[in-house]
Amino acid sequence: MAPWQPSDTQRQRIAFRRRQSLRRGAVAAGSTVLVLAFLVVVTVRAPGWERVRSEYFDIGYGRTLLPDLARAFVLNVKLFLVAEVFILVVALSVAIIRVIPAPALAPIKLLAVVYTDVFRGTPTLLVILLICFGVPALQLQGMPTDIFWLGVIALTLSYGAYVAEVIRAGISSVHPSQWASSRSLGLTYSQTLRHVVLPQAIHRVMPPLLNDFVSLQKDTALVSTAGLVEILREAQVNSSRDFNFTPYVFAAVFFIVLTVPLARLADWLALRQLRREQGAS
Amino acid sequence: MALLRLDGVRRHFGAHHVLTGVDLEVDEQQVMCLIGASGSGKSTLLRCINLLEPVDDGTIWLDGRDISDPRVNADEVRRQVGIVFQAYNLFPHMSVLRNVTLGPRRSMSVSRAAAEAKGLALLERFGLADKAHAYPDSLSGGQQQRVAVIRAMAMAPRLLLLDEITSALDPLLVVEVLEVIAELKRDGMTVVMATHEMDFARQIADRVVFLDGGAVAEAGPPEEVFTAPSDPRTARFLARYVNR
Repeated sequence: MAPWQPSDTQRQRIAFRRRQSLRRGAVAAGSTVLVLAFLVVVTVRAPGWERVRSEYFDIGYGRTLLPDLARAFVLNVKLFLVAEVFILVVALSVAIIRVIPAPALAPIKLLAVVYTDVFRGTPTLLVILLICFGVPALQLQGMPTDIFWLGVIALTLSYGAYVAEVIRAGISSVHPSQWASSRSLGLTYSQTLRHVVLPQAIHRVMPPLLNDFVSLQKDTALVSTAGLVEILREAQVNSSRDFNFTPYVFAAVFFIVLTVPLARLADWLALRQLRREQGAS
Repeated sequence: MALLRLDGVRRHFGAHHVLTGVDLEVDEQQVMCLIGASGSGKSTLLRCINLLEPVDDGTIWLDGRDISDPRVNADEVRRQVGIVFQAYNLFPHMSVLRNVTLGPRRSMSVSRAAAEAKGLALLERFGLADKAHAYPDSLSGGQQQRVAVIRAMAMAPRLLLLDEITSALDPLLVVEVLEVIAELKRDGMTVVMATHEMDFARQIADRVVFLDGGAVAEAGPPEEVFTAPSDPRTARFLARYVNR
């Protein structure tokens, strides 16, 4: 049998599709260049541009600050990484406590509900201020007085409530038939939760979970209000000493460089999940 | 003594009475087919026997023990009563082999090696050994349903409940699943199956039970129920299937 050759009709279709996608690419590239050029021209021709350039985009000055900013930024990354672990532990525990039907847990369940309601409703900045200034004032034995750890506690309390709700939503999104078939194999409620429901729930909430962590990365800067010399505080100190806003712009770039990969990962996971679900149906 | 006996089992959801007093008996090594229109209570009945639904009245006896008593440990009963659902309900995040070994490993504390050896032997026997490490999504409907039957059989249950397990399959795949049931019967498995496959029910059933309005309208050996039904409702129901 002769190998398959596309028919003339099919070849015309292929040629048409190729022309069409070339045209689309050209339109996209052209409009992007136009919009960018417009923005640049508007900015550069603005009456105050010269001043803005020297006060916000003084590259030479900014570069001299890079080592200090980078050193301070390590603290942000550390805050993020440490808080993330605690958040996952707190959120998972709270979510499980809220779904599990054990009468003995009733008081803890109530506590979990109050916790999520209170901390989801309070701005993170307020939580940080209250924890970082309020907890040391109690003068309790054994409580950390180090601002770094107080910051970790505040971020954990605030984000734990959000992430707990995300995980809880994931748990309730697993179809009841999965519960039924696991229980029918004689698995207990907690075995079903652990082996059947949670793995599927976590997989499903991965994209929103990563989004919360992107926003956590940025919110580490809020701990600066309590006096922690992380990158925002470092930029602020330099900015007020040298009467120049370039340190803020550089600090912003640090955050962007850190969050973009995580944001892309979240997008990619969400897309993959969408494809899988559409492919499976 | 019958392995399974139901006395006046009732179940309602709010004002909707699904089971209005079901009485039936299944002997050991018997295959019983439940037939009846959609909504006649077949699925609810099977879910009650597996304790996935509580009964609102009546008693379910398994091997002489009242399992509808709320003091009974439901997990322990379910280890002896397997159920397979219409929509397969495999665990999508686990390989076929892990689906099959989850029950023995977690609820009967069988060692991983022993559970896998037994699971592989079962898969081999039903022609699915090459799929042991595949994920459910990559299998055809017929293959998934056979895995679901094997998953239930891996628990070595005393009683197997099948809830319209061929209803979601196309006719060619139905055959491969029905062959599995025939094989189980040869092994002496006790089976209660809800089905719309009248020809198969006629061939395989030791007893056929026709449910109507949440109660048993007629029960007997298949040749009797299918050829000379005593209840006019059975005759009307069967006529619709024959004249399809």
